[in-house]
Amino acid sequence: MSVQREICDVNPFPEHVAGDFYSNYFEKGQAENTLIINMGPQHPSTHGVLRVLVEVDGEYILRAEPVLGYLHRMHEKIAELKTYYQYMPNMGRVDYLHAMAWNWAYAGAVERLAGIEVPERAEYLRVIASELNRISSHLLWWGAYLLDLGAFTPIMYAFDDRERILDILQRPSGSRLTYSYFRLGGVAADFDDIALAKIREFIPHLRGRLPMYKDLVTDNVILRGRVEEIGVLPLEMCRRYGATGPVVRGSGLAYDVRRAEPYSIYDRFEYEIPTDTECDAMARYSVRLAEIEQSLRIVEQAVAALPEGDFLSKGAPKPRWKPPKGESYFAVEGARGKIGIYLVSDGSNSPYRLKLRAPGFSNLSLFSEASKGTLLADAVSILGSLDLVIPEIDR
Amino acid sequence: MDVPFELVRIVIAILALAAFVGVNAVILVWVERKAAGFIQRRPGPYEVGPQGLLQTVADAAKLVGKQLFTPAGADPVLFWLAPLLAFLPIFVLLLPMPFGPTATGMEVNLGLLLILAFAGLNVLSLCLAGWGSNNKWSLLGAARAVSQAVAYEIPLLLSVLAIAFMSGGMDLSAIVREQGGWPWQWNLVLQPVAFIIYFVAAIAETNRAPFDLPEAESELTAGFHTEYSGMGFGLFFLAEYAEMIVVCGVAAALFLGGWRGPFGTDGWWWFLAKLYALLLSMIWFRWTYPRIRFDQLLVLNWKWLMPLAMINLLVTAFIMKL
Repeated sequence: MSVQREICDVNPFPEHVAGDFYSNYFEKGQAENTLIINMGPQHPSTHGVLRVLVEVDGEYILRAEPVLGYLHRMHEKIAELKTYYQYMPNMGRVDYLHAMAWNWAYAGAVERLAGIEVPERAEYLRVIASELNRISSHLLWWGAYLLDLGAFTPIMYAFDDRERILDILQRPSGSRLTYSYFRLGGVAADFDDIALAKIREFIPHLRGRLPMYKDLVTDNVILRGRVEEIGVLPLEMCRRYGATGPVVRGSGLAYDVRRAEPYSIYDRFEYEIPTDTECDAMARYSVRLAEIEQSLRIVEQAVAALPEGDFLSKGAPKPRWKPPKGESYFAVEGARGKIGIYLVSDGSNSPYRLKLRAPGFSNLSLFSEASKGTLLADAVSILGSLDLVIPEIDR
Repeated sequence: MDVPFELVRIVIAILALAAFVGVNAVILVWVERKAAGFIQRRPGPYEVGPQGLLQTVADAAKLVGKQLFTPAGADPVLFWLAPLLAFLPIFVLLLPMPFGPTATGMEVNLGLLLILAFAGLNVLSLCLAGWGSNNKWSLLGAARAVSQAVAYEIPLLLSVLAIAFMSGGMDLSAIVREQGGWPWQWNLVLQPVAFIIYFVAAIAETNRAPFDLPEAESELTAGFHTEYSGMGFGLFFLAEYAEMIVVCGVAAALFLGGWRGPFGTDGWWWFLAKLYALLLSMIWFRWTYPRIRFDQLLVLNWKWLMPLAMINLLVTAFIMKL
């Protein structure tokens, strides 16, 4: 005990970096007539280990600042230590809710670097898996957001629907959450008849459920009071912080990587990019719900047009494969926004440098400005409407 | 030894009420969890005992067995006074409750006044809990609790007064006796507005969703009882359910004819049936609605419930004078 005490007393760090990570803007000690509160890292509505330092006057937020790093897992550094194949499972763990999109971003970056061709059937399977995963991510967001607003029941219904998607994706990929379904030059396994039949069954099921969600939840007067005109993010502000995905589409800009920088075979499908000009939490809410419908449309068309053929390219790289020297960038549209991977190769069998561009990081940076002057309850609503996944923000 | 009969009666009544509160809280928690399960399409508790009936007992045993932990920096006296203060007034609240034609703890002329007066004590306990815990979230919860309870006590009082005007007294048993057994002979038909105001205010007074702001889980972690564990939390929990029984019991007596039943089937069974119907609707609300925001809560009270209750009271008074 006494030995431990002594060790603790010897502080190896100077005062300004010691112990608690107080930010540059929040000083230690007493505030005048205000409270400085730690919202997180163990707060029920910060969805994991996000920590937000807030200074409140009563319940009004004077300033708020997210403190990151509680779930930093060095994904970028790990990439430099692993071979190209070994790194793929990390991608399922960056954003566990839309793992397929991260898979795709990484596979796409490597394929673009090495010029690997992907068979047509694999492209379709990628689209199906990625869009189903997007739906499941949005459903989970929907349930969790309403949980933040104090409605306990919707998440159970959302999980019921989500469960069906997990069952479908489990058949080819073998996992239910952190998929590593993509391979360099294709996908790991084919969708069998049972999985395809389940998808055909699932599409009308979810289409039947969405109107019920609208009637019972979206049109609820209490919910509307909690999300309408809350967290207004003007387009100019979204641009300033580099927000993408439903956040920027909720502010009226129809920016979607699938349209703006077309990749894979997205130009073959008919779908709309839902936008809303209200800029508030309700706009982001309705954009996400509309995206579920659009993703269903894409899945429906992709399943109908699914060609025969290989699911993995014949020229797919072998485990100890080395790509040529060079660099490449590949962006995909994730459930939370633009996922970008910048890859530099020095010709060895592991990347020289890999940069992950996570949409959640930019979207979260809006929070500080958006939450100023709002009530604590509204801050929870704004935080939820940004759809944060903490491991993606910290990487 | 000459013990006054009234004293013996009150002691027996309090013991009986303690048993009633205990048993009903256990049943009510089970009912709530089963109803929540039904609403959320899941089975609810079903492992412990038949249909999970003993789940609440197991939970209570766990809570009793836990260490009574006082957090660092908390005021130990206030911290432990708060849960007791939340729970003890429940017995007084239930004393004048007319369970059946003869089953009343204590016949008091001013039974209604007694209930309303002691129901206010709840605020004090929430305030102490928030202040004594030395936790910022608790403090915010307590601040919410005080302004919410103070605001909603007024429409609650005004709506109840309308019934007192009609009956000409504040004796709960007398008010029940004046109503008939059939639904159209209930005060509900004469005072629908008062009933709605009473019920909304009662949900707010008992801090139930959608008005559960003092403990708002997703905003204030657990509000005023953030720092409580074990039986400290258990007493708050028990008090919440006991208070639900009180406010629904008063509503059943004032508006739904209490123990009166059709075809002369008067008895406590009718009272319990009406009580549980109201409790079930409270549970239904909780698992259906999102939480309201604090300013919206106060707007609802001061701009809608208060004026409505006032108008209702004035109209009642005017008609009674005619």
